[in-house]
Amino acid sequence: MNLSILLILPLVFSLLVLVVKGQQQVRSVALAAALAQLGLSIYLLMQFLSERAINNAAYLFEHDHSWYHALKIHYHVGVDGISVAMILLTSFVVLAGVLVSWKQEKMYKEFFFLLLFLSLGAYGFFLSLDIFLMFFFLEVAVIPKFLLIGIWGSGKKEYSALKLALMLMAGSALVFVGLAGLFFNSNVDGSHTFDIVQLAANPLPADLQRYFFPFAFIGFGIFTALFPFHTWVPDGHSSAPTAASMFLAGISMKLGGYGCLRVATWLMPDAAQHYSTIIIVLACIAILYGAFATMMQTDLKYINAYSSVSHCGFVLLGIGMLTKTAINGAVLQMVSHGLMTALFFAVIGMIYDRTHTRQVAQLGGLLKVMPFISSVFVIAGLCSLGLPGLSGFVAEMTVFMGSWQRAGAFYHTATIVACASIVVTAVYILRAVGSSIMGPIKNDEHLSLSDAGWHEKTAAVVLLAGILIMGIAPFWLTDLINPGTEVLMQKIGSIK
Amino acid sequence: MNYSSYIALIPLLPLAAFVLLGLFGRKYFNRSAGIIATLLLLVAAGLSLYTAYQYFFVNGKVGDAYQSITAVKFTWLTFSENVSIDMGILLDPISVMMLVVVTFVSLMVHIFSLGYMKGEERFATYYAFLGLFTFSMLGLVVSSNLFQIYMFWELVGASSYLLIGYYFQKPSAVAASKKAFIVTRFADLGFLIGILILAFYGESLDFNTIIHNLTTQQSSQFLAITSASFIGVSALTWGLVMVFMGGAGKSAMFPLHIWLPDAMEGPTPVSALIHAATMVVAGVFLVARLFPVFSINADALSVVTIIGVTSALFAAIIACTQTDIKRVLAYSTMSQIGYMMFALGVSGYGGENGLGYTASMFHLFTHAFFKSLLFLGAGAVIHLVHSNEMKDMGGLRKLMPITHISFLIACLAIAGIWPFAGFFSKEEILLAAYNKSMVVYVIALVTSGLTAFYMFRLYFSIFWNKEAAVHDHHHGEGTFSMKLPLILLAVCSVAAGFIHFGNYVSSDGTALASAFHLSFAAAPLALGIGGILLAMWLYKTANDKPERLATALGGLYKAAYKKFYIDELYLFITKKLVFNLIGRPAAWIDKNIIDGLMNGIAAATGWISNLIKTLQSGKVQNYLLYFFGGIAALVIIFIYIWKP
Repeated sequence: MNLSILLILPLVFSLLVLVVKGQQQVRSVALAAALAQLGLSIYLLMQFLSERAINNAAYLFEHDHSWYHALKIHYHVGVDGISVAMILLTSFVVLAGVLVSWKQEKMYKEFFFLLLFLSLGAYGFFLSLDIFLMFFFLEVAVIPKFLLIGIWGSGKKEYSALKLALMLMAGSALVFVGLAGLFFNSNVDGSHTFDIVQLAANPLPADLQRYFFPFAFIGFGIFTALFPFHTWVPDGHSSAPTAASMFLAGISMKLGGYGCLRVATWLMPDAAQHYSTIIIVLACIAILYGAFATMMQTDLKYINAYSSVSHCGFVLLGIGMLTKTAINGAVLQMVSHGLMTALFFAVIGMIYDRTHTRQVAQLGGLLKVMPFISSVFVIAGLCSLGLPGLSGFVAEMTVFMGSWQRAGAFYHTATIVACASIVVTAVYILRAVGSSIMGPIKNDEHLSLSDAGWHEKTAAVVLLAGILIMGIAPFWLTDLINPGTEVLMQKIGSIK
Repeated sequence: MNYSSYIALIPLLPLAAFVLLGLFGRKYFNRSAGIIATLLLLVAAGLSLYTAYQYFFVNGKVGDAYQSITAVKFTWLTFSENVSIDMGILLDPISVMMLVVVTFVSLMVHIFSLGYMKGEERFATYYAFLGLFTFSMLGLVVSSNLFQIYMFWELVGASSYLLIGYYFQKPSAVAASKKAFIVTRFADLGFLIGILILAFYGESLDFNTIIHNLTTQQSSQFLAITSASFIGVSALTWGLVMVFMGGAGKSAMFPLHIWLPDAMEGPTPVSALIHAATMVVAGVFLVARLFPVFSINADALSVVTIIGVTSALFAAIIACTQTDIKRVLAYSTMSQIGYMMFALGVSGYGGENGLGYTASMFHLFTHAFFKSLLFLGAGAVIHLVHSNEMKDMGGLRKLMPITHISFLIACLAIAGIWPFAGFFSKEEILLAAYNKSMVVYVIALVTSGLTAFYMFRLYFSIFWNKEAAVHDHHHGEGTFSMKLPLILLAVCSVAAGFIHFGNYVSSDGTALASAFHLSFAAAPLALGIGGILLAMWLYKTANDKPERLATALGGLYKAAYKKFYIDELYLFITKKLVFNLIGRPAAWIDKNIIDGLMNGIAAATGWISNLIKTLQSGKVQNYLLYFFGGIAALVIIFIYIWKP
């Protein structure tokens, strides 16, 4: 399969959006694009599985073409199981994002253009096997977000947009230092390279890894809400329009996690081991402190944003623990959190569209007037608190089991700290559900509100399907990502 | 017929009811939902009975011991080579017994609800949730894997949450559902950590393997888990106590019991199913499931005993003072589960030593019948008088004869009066305690007297005491569907005691002869009858003796009435301490310090760029000056500072 189709498709459709006229046409094109992407990523999964049965190369469907010879930048794409999982996640979120934006009226053309452009950046990022190309796509994914929040956002949107853009740019700058370090210190047949395959095969000397690992890891870490660089998350999410929140939490934060894994840990495994303790401490802080901070929030979007900080902590914890199971768990958590948080933001958006408030104290009894939206909210909440049968459980438990496999009092303590978050998560989720979905109706105007429309229902069903498939039948997903993790584990070796 | 050909249907039929009614119930089946779910469950119950017959009488026994049979097994999620979550169906005496108990009680509740919940707006949703619960509970009891049981453990918790909060517009129901979930979640944290410990050292999650690994004295796993220790306690003890913490939370053991009385906010049939007969005994079941491992660790068993016996007495005292009939029953449930728990705690493994184990399972079995009967009876009463308070009841025996007689049978059963079921199971527990520890035996004996007293206090207050205040004669006892379960459960509450339970369920699978002596039964019987007579004297007719007694007892009565202020203590810890000392500071620090730092960096950047801005004056002379200044600086750096 030619992976470039995954990039050409969103590009063509995003240009098509600019050409066609009228809201109906624009959103139809966007929907067609999202459906085509979903179809394509499922096709990719099928192709990947059948190809891997006969081909045990680390990356499949590779395509390598020199892009800018002077700097040895290549257009080098290829996938392993981890990237296929992330691509699948992206296509689910994109489809749901387009569907919830169906009624977008303000500057709809630009809006859908940016959404599709963002997805282009995400696909490119996950496909890249060249760190410069990866960086390029990372930037492609940042800039539309600034515009999406700044133009279509709500509340203190200028502040949030600027904050988000600046912090993510700072992250990018750090990433760039890490990349430059990798490039200029690489030595493959006497020359430098950006190529992930070659860099992984010829890693930097351990002392140099220790210099550049922090840049790459913190840089990508900012994207995935690494404590203490997570503060863009609450403001950014709460000001963003619904679809942008979904993309931001569902996909962008995963760019960071994927980068931490694929670039920092993958290419500098010795340094990853060296800094493992620090990563684990920061991850545990994010998990528990994020959860406690969530408990005190009163705005639904802030609740979900802070809970994202906590949940993304599991990704970092899994990466920090460096056991195969824990890293598998980190990838599972990225997929799970992507689906779940997108669903959460989607329903919060639906509630906000109707009630014009996100304050928990002003909502109440919504189950009576909008049973569909409320039920989805409850299911998303149950997924967030790790109910078996939904995706969150699978991911969290894999992280816990994997973390505990690392013997030693420090690692066991860290695991217990992370486990403790399941109680705090239950508290904040049930508080939110209890006072906004259940209870008496506090505002009589809410009595006349309508339930979800077809496009909203479809959006929710798409994400719910992903959550349920992963939650009920997780084995295929672990089988998918496991060979990729094993490649990494060979370099890390056994940790004792 | 081979088990594997049909056994999965038993949990899957209720699941089918959940999926069907959950997705389409509101729209298409809101009136037929009850019938659909009941029929599906009827099939599941039939299959369970068939399985029990096959297992106990046809092919379960190999030699003279019942075997554990893995009927279904597939890998669900792999963690590492030997640690994976396998979904399986494990058939052994306790899981087969639980299959029967769960499907039978659930069926009774389904039938009862046909009348009790009739006309509810969310009728289909109610049955969908019942289906979800039954599925989860069945999955729990047949689990073949430690993590599988944890998964279904969480699922029963969630279905309990949904059902307690069924009347979602009632703030008290919402609060109760939250409380139930969060308290049990806290306990489950212990369970999870226990699983991590046991799986780490036991090198497996499969029950049979992990039990084998951890109980074989020479195995490397056994040596590892007993030699590792944390603050002077071995890893094995830690693992078991943590797992027991999960069990104690689900089974509402002191001090994690606070959610159970509040859980009575759910519809009464739900209380009968979840909070009396099935889910709350999951903790006992869990300890029984891992009993071979518990039995080699005296410390963990002592914890189980102490918690069990404390809960039994503590709850019985509170039950004597409560006025809400469902809460009395809730505390009585807690007390009876305490019996089951300490019966396991005083038990040994194998042969005669395993008496406590058999007694515990026997009591679990009989209790399921008479306690669900009590709750359904209470439901019928509440249905008639529209109140949970004793003061609104009285003299109902003529209005609802069937409820009256069945309720009386259940009260006699729980009070341990011959020949009702509770007599036999309680005698065995007392005997097991007597053999092991005098202190436990005495407390258990006192508790059994208290049990008879508070149950008959309840009985006389509902059915005697004063003249009936309700004159709604045509309403009577409700529909046939409400009477049938009462009759069937009453029959079971008598018949269940005559089963020679030890022949079928014992710690090692071999038959255990009933070691029952009439002389031994004299003391508990006398105490039981004494309790009944005292209750009769105080409550049979309306009088002021109870009040005078309460005044005479003073502080003790008040403390028991206020449930020994445990709720207040928890509220203080959670609301005051956790929220104010952890939650609030975390949110504040994040908003002001961490984010402040980020904003500070931004502000500093802005300030510096403002300074730099003035440098761009547009005057060439200035630029020239900077240029030479810069060169001078670089020269200085290169010559004096930079030394590569």
